Amino acid sequence: MTTAEKYATAAYLVVLGIVLLYVVLYSFKLQRMERELTELTELARRRPDDKKAA
Amino acid sequence: MGGTALAFYWVPNAPLEGFRQRIFYFHVPIALTSYACFGWAAWKGLRLLWTRDRRYDLESYTAVHMGVIFGILTLLTGSIWARTSWGHWWVWGSRQLVLFLVLFLFYAAYFMLRFSVEPGPRRANMSAVYALFGVALIPVSFLAIRLAEDLVHPVVLTHDVGSKLTGSQITTFLVCLAGMLALAATLYSNELAGKRLDVRLRELREALQ
Repeated sequence: MTTAEKYATAAYLVVLGIVLLYVVLYSFKLQRMERELTELTELARRRPDDKKAA
Repeated sequence: MGGTALAFYWVPNAPLEGFRQRIFYFHVPIALTSYACFGWAAWKGLRLLWTRDRRYDLESYTAVHMGVIFGILTLLTGSIWARTSWGHWWVWGSRQLVLFLVLFLFYAAYFMLRFSVEPGPRRANMSAVYALFGVALIPVSFLAIRLAEDLVHPVVLTHDVGSKLTGSQITTFLVCLAGMLALAATLYSNELAGKRLDVRLRELREALQ
């Protein structure tokens, strides 16, 4: 592999790597939102019980 | 993927640049995509100021977000191309490189401005005006490549494209540009959906507590 081929491949890999990193970070964000939604669903389910108790 | 395959296996080596010229097939489309994202952000900012519809604020913010990601990719791929062509990772004397860096830093500062102001109409208006100002730098950055006197940065796309690029090179470039714009559009719509969900979750939390 020549130096030019190495640099061209490295440039492609950098693009691929950054896009993959973005996808991974986005998946963490989705997981966080899923956790929040679960928590809020639980909170919403508990609310009618609280009202009855009051 | 198609563009990558064409760039590596189909298109012939450029006479002067040789194999390294293949970086052009994604460096330039990425740079044009970042300009498109910043332009889209300015358009959405203008729509916000015109209609006062708050949904444009999130759209403008997402477009700047995408533009900055593509800006990072432009700087990185450009740096690699510079290293293999000129022997340096960065040339401060080159006006077009510095102008693109200024454009990138301008939009990077957008986030600092946005997060230093409380959410609300004031922040939306300030962000929209900032995004609109930034778009003025795009033609300067784009034309700098043509007007620069240092002649370091190659001018590949001219009004007489045929004299510089062959048919296979133009085809590969257009495939890569279409792919990059499609990637940006996909990431933009996903990011926008995520940001909208985030806002609704916050509103739901406030309503429940």
